[in-house]
Amino acid sequence: MPERQPLPSRPAPSSRRRFGRRTWTDLGLQSGALVLAFLLTSVILLVAGAPPFQAYVEIAKGAAASFTDISNVLVAWVPLLLASAGVLVTFAAGLWNIGVEGQIVLGAVLTTWVLRLLQDTSLPPAFIVVLAIIAGIVGGALWAALAGILKTFGGVNEIFGGLGLNFVATALTLWLIFGPWKRPGIGSMSGTEPFPEQLGLPTVGGERLSLWSLGLGIVAVIAVYVLLERTHVGLRLKAVGLNQRAAFLLGVPTWQYALLAFLLCGGLAGLAGAVQVTGVYHRLIPSISSGYGFLGLMIGMLIAYKAIWVAPVALFFAALNIGSIQLPIVLKLDSTLSGVLQGALVLFVLLVEGARQRYSRRAPSTMVAGPVPGTSPPDDVGAV
Amino acid sequence: MEIRLIDIRKHFGPVKANDGITLTVPAGTIQGILGENGAGKSTLMKILSGYQHADAGRIELDGRPVHMRSPADAIRHGVGMLHQDPLDFPPMRVVDNLLIGAPGRLIPQRREAVSAVAGLAGSLGLSIDLKAEVGSLTVGERQQLELLRLLWLGARVLILDEPTTGISARQRQELFDTLRRLAAQGKTILFVSHKLEEVEELCTRVAVLRQGRLVGEALPPFRVERLVGMMFEREVTPGERFACTPGKTLLRLAGLGAEHGRIRLEGLDLEVKAGETIGLAGMEGSGQSLLLQTCAGLRPVTHGRIYLDGADLTGKTYRQFKKRGVAYVPATRLEEGLIPGLSLADHFLLTENKPGFFINRERGRRTAEERIARFNIKGTPTSPVESLSGGNQQRALLALVEPGSKLMLLEHPTRGLDVESVIYLWSKLKERCGRGEAIIFTSSDLDELLRYSDRILVFFAGRVSEPLDAATTTVDELGELIGGASRSGDPVDAVSAWPGGDGRAPDDAGCHASGAPENGDA
Ligand SMILES: Nc1ncnc2c1ncn2[C@@H]1O[C@H](COP(=O)(O)OP(=O)(O)OP(=O)(O)O)[C@@H](O)[C@H]1O
Ligand SMILES: [Mg+2]
Repeated sequence: MPERQPLPSRPAPSSRRRFGRRTWTDLGLQSGALVLAFLLTSVILLVAGAPPFQAYVEIAKGAAASFTDISNVLVAWVPLLLASAGVLVTFAAGLWNIGVEGQIVLGAVLTTWVLRLLQDTSLPPAFIVVLAIIAGIVGGALWAALAGILKTFGGVNEIFGGLGLNFVATALTLWLIFGPWKRPGIGSMSGTEPFPEQLGLPTVGGERLSLWSLGLGIVAVIAVYVLLERTHVGLRLKAVGLNQRAAFLLGVPTWQYALLAFLLCGGLAGLAGAVQVTGVYHRLIPSISSGYGFLGLMIGMLIAYKAIWVAPVALFFAALNIGSIQLPIVLKLDSTLSGVLQGALVLFVLLVEGARQRYSRRAPSTMVAGPVPGTSPPDDVGAV
Repeated sequence: MEIRLIDIRKHFGPVKANDGITLTVPAGTIQGILGENGAGKSTLMKILSGYQHADAGRIELDGRPVHMRSPADAIRHGVGMLHQDPLDFPPMRVVDNLLIGAPGRLIPQRREAVSAVAGLAGSLGLSIDLKAEVGSLTVGERQQLELLRLLWLGARVLILDEPTTGISARQRQELFDTLRRLAAQGKTILFVSHKLEEVEELCTRVAVLRQGRLVGEALPPFRVERLVGMMFEREVTPGERFACTPGKTLLRLAGLGAEHGRIRLEGLDLEVKAGETIGLAGMEGSGQSLLLQTCAGLRPVTHGRIYLDGADLTGKTYRQFKKRGVAYVPATRLEEGLIPGLSLADHFLLTENKPGFFINRERGRRTAEERIARFNIKGTPTSPVESLSGGNQQRALLALVEPGSKLMLLEHPTRGLDVESVIYLWSKLKERCGRGEAIIFTSSDLDELLRYSDRILVFFAGRVSEPLDAATTTVDELGELIGGASRSGDPVDAVSAWPGGDGRAPDDAGCHASGAPENGDA
């Protein structure tokens, strides 16, 4: 009976009581982590022989110097918003949806498929685009469901399932781009034949930014926030994430909720893929997900699974990404510098969080919840 | 080692868990620590053993002030705390378990450890197979193992926080003998328990806590009424037996068979009437939990049928059983019963009937407040369940049983409750029986079984007895039956120990891991 499936492995153990109120001390600690991350990156820059301060100035300029820059940041913001909102749902249910990357890809693939299928019909273009986006959502959700089913019924840990499915998704895109969907003549890494302009989302002022996708991203984040904080579905997802056995005994249909979390996350990831195709690239390209899925997972960890922080943190990451594009030209630095900074940031935030928990177990009048397995004594008669 | 706790304070927000406790325990004492649920006993013990840190106060060992920052620190100072949590036991061999936490050498000195611990065990009259897998040990054996480990690490103060739940009578006797021997060697024992008769039997001094303060100490001979008076500031009387007026048949088991691990139930026939309370007695892991879980739809029925209110529920899922009014309350609170990380109010919201889509926080808070008052839980709607004291977690667990269930299946419902709360809780449960609900419960407390059951089934080494009339059975009789004597004629052959197997313990209650029924025990 699937109701007796093994417990889902939990994300970071501390996620268990991440639903409390964030205090000012926490904020102070997080800013400390930010400073440390910049320090570490500066050291790396110095070692590489580049002036750190100038590099940061260049990043800031690259992200906000012109309307184009700002709109590019927003363009990168949308898929990040969607991916991180999605992983929050799976995190809440205690699941590491590593497969989010592949779910973005599948969203893009299905969107492309529907666009290709319908582009020569006489249907109104707007209708085709809407259908294509829905197909993208479905594609992402199904790909996630696959990871979920592998886990629930096949006993495959979602991390391994997700990783495998990511590879399959990448292979699938490459095959499509160089095989059945290749451009007339030769297939190339630049992707499939671009769709006509009317089959894309309308953009603002000649930039790649579409208010539609921006709206979708923001609505998704708000919806996830409301879902997790204000609804019974969210509460049950958290219950499943925190203690699956007890949730089941208290009457929560656990595997169904785990699957639901996958579906929701996959749907949002698929939407991200659909937006990349219809709003940004207007075709399927080999690296359509651009690592936004993994970045979304990082953001999820960084913000300690609190939906309210998705928007600003994702914006910061988007700005870093776009801002550092100019680095190779100006400072002869690799643009992956933003990756270093982001990685350092996540590491330091997790480190500071670990330290905070250690500290708070000591500090007077702080909650000593101590559910981190093995670090706190069970209650006297807790278990026999 | 002499322990002096001086003006220990520990506050959790507005709650003063320890409010200036000063206590001296001379070397060689077996010090009993008594107090109602939430009195601050566990907090004090955790402070002494380095798991928590006092806001203020000092600890002196043999006259020397010490600061203990962690359990490892505490054990270096010779203070060890014993707790039972099988979930913390990874699948490893006993000897490897011993080496965890041993002061650091890169290569574990396995052979040394084995001979040292074997020597220790021998001197205490304990026998433990160091090559066995930890998972195959009974709760009592794990306790002995943990005790040996602490002693081997150099513990001269041993803290036992409610150690006698879930171990057999024989193992309890062994534990007590060991503790006496250790005390005779000059070791100091702190023993927290709600079972007054155990404290009476074992302890050479008693301290009573109440609302975070030390309210009294006593030396033997103890007067139980006086101890109870100090604990609750009033007299506590159990009152009369509850009379039962059985109604129509609620649950019918027809030739029920089920099995899990090495435990097997066979051909069990039973009719439970509305309003009735059935107690399940026997050594832990003799099939009681298996029966409860089978009746809850948590374990598959291998033979026979289960009828509830005339409807055949055989083969239905747990959720279907639940929907039809079967409520199951597991024994392990924080592992299976409650969700650490969620508040009390969240728990009540989670179990709401017809909740709708959006959470109604206001309604959640009101329900929580009402249940907190009704079940006398020390906590607020926003308290995370893991911050409640053991006894209060137990109340929360029982408060979650939906009103309007028909059949309550309770594993050790009063485990960890203080004397007064036990009485209070049963009065609440019996109220529900008065409204036509039935209860089947397990307990290791013979008095509780006799006092609150109408009929009792005794599980022993492969058999379930015919139902006994609780009103006419004595404690001694019940004790003997649990130990294997038969009363009138042979008990029905309904449970059988599964021979062979893989040598691992049956995982009877999902979390319980106890050995095969201990033949000839007690
Ligand atoms: N981590 C915590 N956070 C908040 N309150 C706590 C915490 N730990 C204990 N308390 C509170 O401190 C008080 C004393 O708790 P403690 O566990 O010491 O009681 P106890 O005497 O062991 O009770 P019991 O017999 O029920 O186990 C309780 O009111 C409890 O709610
Ligand atoms: Mg306690």
